[in-house]
Order: sequence, then structure tokens, then C-alpha cells
Amino acid sequence: MAAPMLRWCCPGRRFAFARVGCGSCHRRGPPTGSTSNGKRGQSTVAQQPHITAQKPRKGEREWAAVVGLEIHAQIASNSKLFSGSQVHFAAPPNSLVSFFDASLPGTLPVLNRRCVEAAVMTGLALDCHINRKSLFDRKHYFYADLPAGYQITQQRLPIAVNGSLAYSVSVGRKPSQMVTRTVRVKQIQLEQDSGKSLHDDLRSQTLIDLNRAGIGLLEVVLEPDMSCGEEAATAVRELQLILQALGTSQANMADYEIQRQINELENGGEILNETRSFDYKLGCTVPMRDKEGKQDYRFMPEPNLPPLLLYDSGSLPPGADPQQVIDIDRLRERLPELPRVTRERLVRQYGMLPEHSCALLNEVGLLEFFQSVIKETRAEPKKVTSWVLNTFLGFLKQQNLAVSESPVTPSALAELLDLLDRKAISSSAAKQVFEELWRNEGKTPAQIVAEKKLELLQDLEALEQLCRSTLEAHPHVVMDLKRGNPRAINKLIGLVRKATLGRADPTAIKEVLERQLSS
Amino acid sequence: MVKDGCAHVKPAAATDLSVFLLVTWSLWWQTGHEDHVGPDPPRIIFSAGKALHRGALGWKAEWLLSIIRLLRLSPTLDGLEVSVALKQGQVTPTELCQRCLSLIKKTKFLNAYITVSEEVALKQAEEAEKRYKKGHSLGDLDGIPIAVKDNFSTSGIETTCASNMLKGYVPPYNATVVQKLLDQGALLMGKTNLDEFAMGSGSTDGIFGPVKNPWSYSKQYREKRKQNSHSENEDSNWLITGGSSGGSAAAVSAFTCFAALGSDTGGSTRNPAAHCGVVGLKPSYGLVSRHGLIPLVNSMDVPGILTRCVDDAATVLGILAGHDPKDSTTIQDPVKPFTLPSLTDVSKLCIGIPKEYLTPELSSEVHSLWSKAANLFESEGAKVIEVSLPHTSYSIVCYHVLCTSEVASNMARFDGLEYGHRCDSSVSTEAMYAATRREGFNDVVRGRILSGNFFLLKENYENYFVKAQKVRRLIANDFVNVFNSGVDVLLTPTTLSEAVPYTEFIKEDNRTRSAQDDIFTQAVNMAGLPAVSVPMALSTQGLPIGLQFIGRAFCDQQLLTVAKWFEKQVQFPVIQLQELMDDCSSVFENEKLASVSLK
Repeated sequence: MAAPMLRWCCPGRRFAFARVGCGSCHRRGPPTGSTSNGKRGQSTVAQQPHITAQKPRKGEREWAAVVGLEIHAQIASNSKLFSGSQVHFAAPPNSLVSFFDASLPGTLPVLNRRCVEAAVMTGLALDCHINRKSLFDRKHYFYADLPAGYQITQQRLPIAVNGSLAYSVSVGRKPSQMVTRTVRVKQIQLEQDSGKSLHDDLRSQTLIDLNRAGIGLLEVVLEPDMSCGEEAATAVRELQLILQALGTSQANMADYEIQRQINELENGGEILNETRSFDYKLGCTVPMRDKEGKQDYRFMPEPNLPPLLLYDSGSLPPGADPQQVIDIDRLRERLPELPRVTRERLVRQYGMLPEHSCALLNEVGLLEFFQSVIKETRAEPKKVTSWVLNTFLGFLKQQNLAVSESPVTPSALAELLDLLDRKAISSSAAKQVFEELWRNEGKTPAQIVAEKKLELLQDLEALEQLCRSTLEAHPHVVMDLKRGNPRAINKLIGLVRKATLGRADPTAIKEVLERQLSS
Repeated sequence: MVKDGCAHVKPAAATDLSVFLLVTWSLWWQTGHEDHVGPDPPRIIFSAGKALHRGALGWKAEWLLSIIRLLRLSPTLDGLEVSVALKQGQVTPTELCQRCLSLIKKTKFLNAYITVSEEVALKQAEEAEKRYKKGHSLGDLDGIPIAVKDNFSTSGIETTCASNMLKGYVPPYNATVVQKLLDQGALLMGKTNLDEFAMGSGSTDGIFGPVKNPWSYSKQYREKRKQNSHSENEDSNWLITGGSSGGSAAAVSAFTCFAALGSDTGGSTRNPAAHCGVVGLKPSYGLVSRHGLIPLVNSMDVPGILTRCVDDAATVLGILAGHDPKDSTTIQDPVKPFTLPSLTDVSKLCIGIPKEYLTPELSSEVHSLWSKAANLFESEGAKVIEVSLPHTSYSIVCYHVLCTSEVASNMARFDGLEYGHRCDSSVSTEAMYAATRREGFNDVVRGRILSGNFFLLKENYENYFVKAQKVRRLIANDFVNVFNSGVDVLLTPTTLSEAVPYTEFIKEDNRTRSAQDDIFTQAVNMAGLPAVSVPMALSTQGLPIGLQFIGRAFCDQQLLTVAKWFEKQVQFPVIQLQELMDDCSSVFENEKLASVSLK
């Protein structure tokens, strides 16, 4: 699959501070814990060059945080970006290393078509302009896990530019107050991943694992249009959903990684203050100044790769074998429904709240589960939504399971909701049945209901009888009620329910009780 | 007529001055990397049909034909002898191999070889012999001894680049060109000497010491020296081979092999070929795979071919040329086997003489031979015209920026971690890098790395690298304009003069020498064109002088056809090394062997 799979690392997360006129959000006064933010701001984001010009005194100016991001998503491909070695997780160290990956002298890069397709699809999904011609560059720096001494990337002319990413954030207290924001996508570029350094402090050694070296990455550069860590985290999450929608292999792994990254982003408020960047190699934050100010990457065109040419149906060379060229239009046709469209469809089709549509998409496989249940049950979509998002998801979270690991199948839940829908069982009984289903003993909801005698009491006369005897047995509660304590009725309802072993509908009990009391 | 057979591949449109890349392929990956995990390294397998292109001849006849062609200048056998010997089964690949090995030993003092792969060669010879006995020869090169410059990866055989950095490095894979030769049954005699990482023009700056030009010991040169009554000690006055492929040129010149691979980035194949009196071919950029060639300047490097006659160069090129899935800059179009026609009529040819190549430094002798060659073409009916390549004079300085920049980048991988030399220091990773690279590289390499990194610095990139790329485009366009005006082939000197004594050569430093010696050869690499140096005559000192032919991009066959005609006309004499190898004297005296005309 051309599914981009995320491995989040932000060696170059771009933070900056911009002066704002009306203080739409954020702090007054200079950020704490730093003395040279202006300087750093300038070195990281060229769009705010005016910051250096003034040295604001404390409390004199208003500042707003600006967050830009460089996100590295690992492309899910069978082989690496420029070599035929396998891409595979948890393989023994240095077992997936070709001569090229180890930078043996004389080896040359050969571009992986699959990675190019993944980049084009991502570009299309983010409304980017796809460059018909893009170029590869070498970015030089010495690092133990960068065997060639340079990384092949796309600095001058990347494969896609000028896109946008829309994401929804909730404003105010209520989660339903969602606002759509847009962050500009500066560019998407193809580049190689580096290897892994394992530091053995005990023996003061560094061990190198090159399994990851040369795996294809998509670097998505987001302009500094976001104003806080939370916005950034939401945008990143949305990007992840889009990349997953383009193909979802190995997405479980990504979940862990995104969570780690989101945590970091949410802690980003603090990082922001100090204008530090997270260095995923060192595993800690480092002052940005060091990285950006002193390092000169000595970019140079990669001479071993001809320009990457892409075509569309209009520019396709006559007689070209479709297998031998990349046709952007054909890739566009293959684009799946994107998350934003899916959410809109859910709201429209099932009348669900926007935040519920978000929740359904935020868990891998949850939407598919939901749709399977909807297909098989007569229950209202709202009911299904509530059950899937509250009960089902709650159980998953509690046990830290993925949707695919759930012991309850969509059919079983659908059957359970059918029982509930035709009032064969009460809501509380339904919960009980669900718990039983979760234990996964191979029984259907109907079997569980029968075994546990959970079906609702359908015999109205029996209910009348039970209510009457309850009233007679608890005269002080009745007295309480008559003295004007309205909550006393609930106690009576509870007593009757207990007597029915929970098989009676509380609304029905209440009706009968009220009738009997007033008569 | 000679225009036929040109591959119809054109370089990218010359509109984009900021980016210079020699080739833009419209269908660029074809057999490339399609996300399939492959065995590593995948072996190159030739189709059975490949070796059958002269199918009309039987296998025995095929072997004979190639042996006769390739042994024509053998010191030990003349054509007739070989033919008889083969017919009677008297000469076998093993015998041929042993004779070459014995010559390698006798000429050891030339320092042409860094590694002699005797065991490998003998084993390959044995296998070739078995094939011949069964009548299953692999083709033209089956059983033929060859040598390979020590900057091509050879599986299981040390590949040093004449540098401490790679001393003891044994690659696990073969360069594509090496593999292709081996697949044809060629016998790998050894790895030849060079300047460290091919940076030089004398073959004097490698860790294994300088290569000595076989012509220093030739009868022709020694007699002239006696006449000129020089009193200096002869042994200390040996000549350089030129470089950086001096080991390969000397190996071919001294008959230790029949063909050798060199590399050519600024003239490194043609320059030593001219000094050693052999044919040196630099194919079009993109025609021959660079996979496994340890790079100097990726955008200019081409594997070069050194042989004793043009036909042999064409034979080897026919085997090496073509797309390599492991080198994305090789042409996609299939290359047909080269078979050079014998040109009888040059009246339809247009030969260009670039006026800028008449520099003050050009020796009068080379100048007069150049004129003589032009006159030769003219007298035989070819149109000879003066042409202009106005930007050629900027070539050296432009090359300096581009070469050092790519060198700085390419050398970054030598950090002592994965392979090659590593220093003893273990203070820190950075200290280890620094010490390793200081110990591993010579001054020339370190100097180029330093200047290259300077040119690539953010503040210098636009002023140096980008400008040099633009100049490169102008230099390349000069050639395009000349060829568009109807010129078929350019005729130029290869070198300023004949080979100079080592003691003379080292009076200037490597950088000065490289700048001087590459003057006629380097612009060709900038433009990616094919060029060949063909020995023309001996100087008054008795030393070879070669002239260079430059062809249109991917018109290598046309170029070689013209070179072959020229070779036949000039009848360059065979080197006479009888004092060196007295047991072979009878053969050396046979002047008839000078003929390289095969058909």
C-alpha cells in the first residue's frame, strides 16, 4: 500500500514569537525564562524579520506564540526510498541494510516509485500544487547514524507545494462549539530517514543500527499559522488521519507515536516559552539557536538522480507505458474519501454532532465498526453512535485495546441494540449483556438475555401487583413522598425494580406507582 | 553513413541555467526501483542471446576471431602464430593468463598494479578453458586478460583508491562494468595504480607510489636519448604516465593485459593513454554505468577504456554500454553491440578544429602533429573547419569549484565507522572523525574537501557553485552549437606535450599540474560528450603523442569509426621493450605488428 504511516519526529519544529496587534490569544509581556527570543525567532522563521529590530522591554509589548511544524511521516512501503532493502519493524539490528544504506563507496540511489506515489497522493489530499519536475539535494552533516555524511532530500524544488490543511478546534467550554481553522502547507518533500544511535553510557559506546537508514519519509512543512500547542496537536492529528485514509497499514504503531507526539506538543506551551526544539535523536529538547545558527548544511544538488518528472493526462508522452510513468490524474482518481468529507457525511447522514463524527474518526477502525453496526441494526443512528462512542469505546480504552482487538463484534452489538430498540430489555440490562459479550464466551445477546432472565417484564398485571405490595411494605417512604419529598418516588421505583430483578422499565414502574398513589 | 547507429537520446533542454544535470529522461525509471524488495546485491544476468550477436560464426571461430583481434599486438605471439596455435589447441586461456602474469612480474617496477589477482585470474582462465573445450565460449572477451583501475569495486578483491582511507577495504560487490566484463569471461589480472581517489594528472600521488611510464624503457626513447647525449643517470629519469589512470595505461602499454578500465572525470583516461601510446576512450556520460565506481565528481565521472587499438576499445564499449537499473543516470534506450565499420571514404565528414585549443603552452611538436592530422583529413576529402568554443577557457576554474564541491560531499562518507581506516582515538565521535580523516586522506584530497566545503557554504553557494553550474552550461552549449553547425567530430590535442620525467613533474604541485594537464580534456566532461585519445606518432624524443577526437553525445560509435580510420592512416609504432623483456625480443622487432587494421 502506498499508505503513509506516521513516525513522528520533529527535529525542526519551528516556533517563533510574533508581535500581534489585538492579542487574540496569548500572553502579555515577554515569555518567561528566556532572554533572547527575538533573536531566535528571527533565526527560525524568516517571516518575522522585524522581531530582531526591537528589543522590547519587559511588559512593554504584546506577544503571541506562532507555531510552525515540520512533520516527518514515514512512508509505508515495502522497500526503502533509494534501495531495495526491506522496511520492517523490530527486525534484528542491522539486518535490513543494503550496500547503499551503509554508504559503501560506489553505490548509487535508485528512487522507489511507491514512495513517489505516496508523496503525490498526500500532496493531492492537502490541495497542494504538484510539481511536474522536482529535484533532489544533499544535506550534509556529520552524525554517526548518517553513513553517507549527507541526507538526500528535496530542498530546492520539492514534489509538492502551496497546500492547506483544515482542522477543527473547539472553542469555549462546550465541545460542540467547533471552529474550522486552516494552516498553510508550505511544501511536501521526499527524504531519507537516518539510522539509529544507541548510546551505551555504561561503556561509553554508541552503537549504530542502520535498519531505519534510508527509509522514505514525507516531510510536511506547515507554515507558522498555528497559535498554540493545542492547535498544533489538532492539526497534526488531522494530518495523521489524512495520511491514514490514504492507506492504513501499520496504523497501530502510529497511534502510540502520535500520542507521544501530541503529549509533547501539548507540553509545547512550556517548550514554546524557552524556544527550544525537540531533538528526536537526543531524545530531549535543545536550544534552537545551536542547531540553526551554527549548522550550515552545505546543500548541493544530488548528481546521481535525474530530475523527477511527473505527468498528467495532458502531458503524458505519447505511447508511454502507464506502468513506466507517474500520471497525477490517475492517482487523483484513486484518492479515497478524506476525513473531512467523511465527517461531513456522518453529520449529514446520521444527524450526529460534529464532535461525535470527530470521535468516530479519531480511533483506527472505529468508523468501520460503527458503519457495520448501523448496517445490521434497526436501532436509531443516535443510539448506535452513543453506544459505540460511550460504551464500546469506553471498554476499549479501559483495557487499552484497539478496535481490531475488540471481543465484541459489530453483529453482536447490532443484535443487542435491536433487543433494546424493541424494548425487549432495559438499558441497564443491555449494559449487563454487553459486559457478558465482552467476556467473549461465545454467546449471542439473545442467549445471554435468556440465561440471565434479563427480558423486560411484559406482564402489566404482575407489575401492578409488585408495585402494590412495595407500597404496602414501605409506608414511611410513602409518607415521606406525601409530605412533599419528590425524590422519595425514586426510592420506590428502585425497590420495585429490585423486586423485578431489574427486568422492568423504570418509566413504566413510575407510571404504575403514580397511578396507584393517586387513586 | 557514419551517423547511423547514434542513440537518439538528447540531453535536457538548455533553458534552465541554474540547474545543470546532464540527462533528463522522460521515462526515467522503467526498470528501476518499484518498491520490490530484491536480493542484495542482485546479480546482473545476461540473456543468452547477448553473446550470440555474431551468430553466423561458430564458437571456435568466434574465439579465434577475438584472439586474433586482441592478440594482434601481443608481445609473445603474432597473429599468425596465435591462429596456428589456437587451431592446434596450443594456446589456451590459461597459457595466455600465465604469460600476462609473467609480464606483470617482469614489469613490477613500473608500479602499474596495486593488487595482482593471480589466483582469481588463473581460476577464471581455467573456467574459460573448460568453456572453450565444450564449445560454450561466452563471447569476445572470454579468456582475455584485463585490468581494472583500483577505484572500481571488485567483490572479494581489495579496492584502495590508492588511499590509506581504503587500505584493506574489500568490497562485497562488483562494479557493474567489472561484472559485465567477468560475465563475458574476461580474466581479471589485478587492480591498477592511480592518484589517491583519482585526484591528479600524473599517477604520482597515491600511497603506493608513482607509476612509471613503460616508454621510459623503450628502445625508441633510449636511442633518442643516447643521440641527444644526455649524461644523467637513466634510471632516475623515468617518465610519468599521466593520470589518474596511469596504472591502467601502463598495464596495457606494457602488454600485461589486453584492455583496462580507467575512469575519466577531467581527462584521467585520455591523458595517460596519450602519454603511454595507447587508445583511451571516454564514453558519453550516461552510456556506461558508474555503479561501483568510487566517485570523484558524479556528474562528470565516466568509466574509461584503455586498449592498444580502437577496435578493441569498441569491443569493450559494446559490452559495457547500456542501461543499468542501479545507475539512474544511464540511458534507457537499448544499446546495440558495437561493430565498427572500416571507413574508406571520409569526404562526407566535417572535422572541427577549435581555435581556443591553440594555447601558448602547447608544445610545437604537438602543434605540428595536430596540423598534420588536420591536413591528413583534408587531403582525404574531409571538410576541415576552424570552430570556436568561446567558454572553454573558463573550464578549469569552473571545474575547480564543481569538482571540489562534489569531492567534499562524496568524501563525507569516509568517517571510519562503516568501513575503511579508523584511527585509534576514542575520545569522542568527533575526535575520531577528525583523526581518521586526517590520517586517511593525503593533502590533495584534504585540500579539495576544504575548498569544496567553502564553496558550498550558504554564503558562498550562489557566488561559486551556482555560477560554476551556469558556466558549465555555457561550456556545454558551445559544443552543442558547434555540432549543430554541421561538425561531426572535433580534433584536438590530448596533452600539451609528451610525458615528462618524474623529477620534472613534481616541481609543480598537484593542483597546478591538474589545471595544466586537463586543459584539452576537461570541457568534454563538463558537456558529457564522448572523446577518444588515439596515439599518432612519436616525438623527436621517441615518446608517444596522442590526439583527441570529440564526438556528439551518444554518438560514440561514429567517433570510434573516425578514430579507427585515423589510427589506420597514422600507423603508430609498437613500443619496443626488448631490453626490458629480452626473451620476447624477436616479437618486438616484428614491425608488422604495428598494424591495427583488423578488417
